[in-house]
Amino acid sequence: MTSIGTGYDLANSIFSPDGRNFQVEYAMKAVENGSTSIGIRCKDGIVLAAEKVITSKLLKQGANKRIATVDRHLGIVYSGMIPDGRHFVDRARDEARGWRDNYKTPISTKDLAGRMGGYMQAYTLYQSVRPFGITAIIGGYDSELDTPVEGEVGSGPSVGAGGKVEGKKHGGPFLYMVEPSGLYWGYYGAATGKGRQAAKAELEKLDLSSDGESSLTLEQAVKEAARIIYVAHDDNKDKEFELEMTWISGADGPTKGRHQEVPEALRKEAEKYAERMTAKDIEEEEETKEGGDKMEE
Amino acid sequence: MDHRPQAWGRPRDDVYGAYDHSYLQNSGPKQATQAPIVTGTSVIAMKYKDGVVMAADNLASYGSLARFPDVKRLRVFLDSSVVGFSGDVSDMQFLDRHLTDLSIDEAYEDPSCTAAPNGKGHLNAANLHKYLQKLLYKRRNDFDPLWNQLLIAGFDGHSKPYLASVDLRGTSFTSPSLATGFGSALAQPIMRRYAETEEDAAKLTREQAVEVIKECMKVLYYRDARSLDRYSIAVVTKDGVELKEDEQLEKQSWAFAERIKGYGTQTV
Repeated sequence: MTSIGTGYDLANSIFSPDGRNFQVEYAMKAVENGSTSIGIRCKDGIVLAAEKVITSKLLKQGANKRIATVDRHLGIVYSGMIPDGRHFVDRARDEARGWRDNYKTPISTKDLAGRMGGYMQAYTLYQSVRPFGITAIIGGYDSELDTPVEGEVGSGPSVGAGGKVEGKKHGGPFLYMVEPSGLYWGYYGAATGKGRQAAKAELEKLDLSSDGESSLTLEQAVKEAARIIYVAHDDNKDKEFELEMTWISGADGPTKGRHQEVPEALRKEAEKYAERMTAKDIEEEEETKEGGDKMEE
Repeated sequence: MDHRPQAWGRPRDDVYGAYDHSYLQNSGPKQATQAPIVTGTSVIAMKYKDGVVMAADNLASYGSLARFPDVKRLRVFLDSSVVGFSGDVSDMQFLDRHLTDLSIDEAYEDPSCTAAPNGKGHLNAANLHKYLQKLLYKRRNDFDPLWNQLLIAGFDGHSKPYLASVDLRGTSFTSPSLATGFGSALAQPIMRRYAETEEDAAKLTREQAVEVIKECMKVLYYRDARSLDRYSIAVVTKDGVELKEDEQLEKQSWAFAERIKGYGTQTV
């Protein structure tokens, strides 16, 4: 970085002459060193997965969850500085609660992503604060049903709620990623943390954007998510890690529109699949390498 | 012209004489809810060997006017408990929202908890009842009561069927069968015939319990003038809650009405 020592990196809210905010870039460095997290949006739901590196044998297995529930239908996973992530989740929960208080209806994933993007961005503006050292992946399933207004006691009009357009799809799974700059986009598949490059490469191979036959189902997405975390972990093999996964389906799916941990049986199955696939990949790699050597000879 | 805000909107002193400002003073103690406004009538519930059955009709009355005939008064909590509300409907809505917030808080701690009704560390019906009892008693002590009587059904910490009530003063009971409002006079004796004690209740099958509850709902519709023949019925089992919200009273017979004399416009 050429501008190190020029003083433009000492405080937030100061641009360098070439138009960069170094504090934000350093925050992104913090994220790049964090453990990998990914999110997948498939046609019938969302899968969030995190690689939890085990820093000590004294930590209880399966405790200290990394993926947080924000509202019934919303979950967040993040990479980077964990305390920053915890605060981010607290704020997201406040936003979701506030939305319910005001509008008597659950917050949509898009609205939550907007609120949280705005919150992150505010931490790039002032001398007195530093940016968040995390990139967060927000997943949610907005109900496609006429959800009752909270505290509503009657059935409402027999024609259903207003504001619906004939033939238009309402609700569905949504996935957003918010970066330390406050930038957020909606994604089909999102990855962040140390293994993000490998994870993104794997995500791009999946058919997530079509609604057709070949597109991934939620169960397949769980398995792929496990595999991708295993692939992304390849670089630092010596370190032990736990795989944490949550999912959200529609009202007629396995989680009934709620953000829940993937059941243990399915997670174990997905891990087995992941182990098998990564082992196969390595074998193939070695085979092709050997083949290549022979060609040269 | 008199520009003081106190004079805004008041008759002119020079035309009508001095205004009596004592009307504007709210002297005396602050008054919160003095009476319920829109109300729901009885809720009834009974234990059986594997769970609890609860029912309430779908009416919200405005005094004696049957104002809202489509009101759901049984609410499910965390897929494992049911709360039945009688009394003020706006206070019920307040409590319902509060319970929604509470169930979301529960999911923060354990994202898997919503799946397993009897999972350890999960807020069960006994916990919920104690919480609501404290809440209603606190509001009574603030002289701002939540004007409801609630029945809470589900399971306790030992996975035994649990049924309890709490009223606007914070008084709480538990019993093999419970009823609020008019139901405590009309339905309770019928339910006690089948479930006088915990042992009796533990012998009842689900079908028997549902049948007794339906019979009680019919008696309540016959004799309670603030009731309706459409009702909700919930069965809580270890597997979760089955809630039907638009049931119709069946096999009504009003033959007995012929023999009733001495009311209204009758002269004989």
